[in-house]
Amino acid sequence: MVPFAGYSMPLQYEHGIRHEHDHTRNHAGLFDVSHMGQIRVCGEGLGAALEELVCSDITVLAVNQMRYTLLTNDKGGVMDDLMVTRRADGLHLVVNAACKHNDLRLLHAVLEARTRVEMLEDSALLALQGPAAAAVLQGLNPAVNGLGFMHAGDFEINGLSCFITRSGYTGEDGFEIAVTAGQSRALAEVLLGHTAVELAGLGARDTLRLEAGLCLYGHELDETTTPVEADLAWVVAKKYRNGVAQARFPGAGRILEQLRDGATRRRVGLKPDGRVPVREGTPLLNGAGEAVGLVTSGGFGPTVDGPVAMGYVNQGYTVTGTELTVTIRNRSHTVHVTELPFVPHRYHKQT
Amino acid sequence: MSELKYTEDHEWLRLEGDGRVTVGITDYAQDSLGDVVYVELPEVGRSVKAGDEVAVIESVKAAGDIKIPLAGTIVEVNSALADAPELVNSDPLGEGWFFKLQPDDAAALDGLMNEDAYKKSVE
Repeated sequence: MVPFAGYSMPLQYEHGIRHEHDHTRNHAGLFDVSHMGQIRVCGEGLGAALEELVCSDITVLAVNQMRYTLLTNDKGGVMDDLMVTRRADGLHLVVNAACKHNDLRLLHAVLEARTRVEMLEDSALLALQGPAAAAVLQGLNPAVNGLGFMHAGDFEINGLSCFITRSGYTGEDGFEIAVTAGQSRALAEVLLGHTAVELAGLGARDTLRLEAGLCLYGHELDETTTPVEADLAWVVAKKYRNGVAQARFPGAGRILEQLRDGATRRRVGLKPDGRVPVREGTPLLNGAGEAVGLVTSGGFGPTVDGPVAMGYVNQGYTVTGTELTVTIRNRSHTVHVTELPFVPHRYHKQT
Repeated sequence: MSELKYTEDHEWLRLEGDGRVTVGITDYAQDSLGDVVYVELPEVGRSVKAGDEVAVIESVKAAGDIKIPLAGTIVEVNSALADAPELVNSDPLGEGWFFKLQPDDAAALDGLMNEDAYKKSVE
């Protein structure tokens, strides 16, 4: 167990991170992500209201459609990254544990006059991720079969009322299942009753998302990093980029300016040449030995079977194939800027 | 082959018949570190002082150091660990050994824990 955002969380279960990682890529891993904040926003004109805080198109979301988006500040920095699902009676937000109280304050301050904002304290969240996840859930309720990637619905699983989204943060097909806290253990036991499903902890969650090239708040994202710098320009709604709609989210001016003129640094994938893991905080050096970037996440990728990392590099060093060096324990090692993800995404495609 | 000696840093040392000392990490240490993915070994011929950091182990989780508890010269390293660092997990007291040291004074081993004392220390 390790401390994480005020919670005591399992870093790994009995078989270890590598086994849990491989099992998730090959079968299905079950992650308890109940520490994440689940926030319900109810009221009129919700999409337009939330667009005062996040950079994505929310008004366009159909009922039970979801989207990855970012809460920004006046400087265009990222306050949190989150999932927003439109529900028949409101918006459902899933936010980072470490940010959730601040997010709630932010939402209250901007939205409360028009809407009702509440943290769903009694809702647990389980993530079932991996190529076997769909078959497992369909075995328990065939209706889950109809759920497309980034869509949501209400389903009964073994008599338990579940709010299920086809989403996740591993790069694999998978689901996040919200259930009342009191029923979460029963749900976990039902899912673990399937031979394809094993528990996986925070350690595997981190190696899976790193191989999938996905940002982790506090590492790739923080209050001083803009969506453009984070290579998340796609998250900014097209209607703002092409001028069809006036952007109202904080820092829109700076972000749109960077979209037009480019940013001075950008998030990239980094592949160390040898076997040595390159850890977070390691400076990235150019041929002249000058620091031109910094590693923000780094470790060993079990599926890649080698070290993998992400970080920020200055303009001029972002091109795939660019060679940089890092110094680890007084020895110089070569890393190459590389395309993300390290492991191709295998999200569900609607047939 | 003599009995194993242990350090507080979860290393084991064994005085071999030829006077060399083999060094590795304990089962407790490999279990705590988790899946070992890289081991950085010292250069053969390097002379070391007691307390020197002579090797580094990287697991999926973290990096850890190997400190040598006695002075001497590195005479051999386990080159198999370059391609198969997982040997540290699967056979920490055997195939997963790290290096061999020619000690300046093998009597320095006497001050280390024996198996019973080490087992008590990690209980």
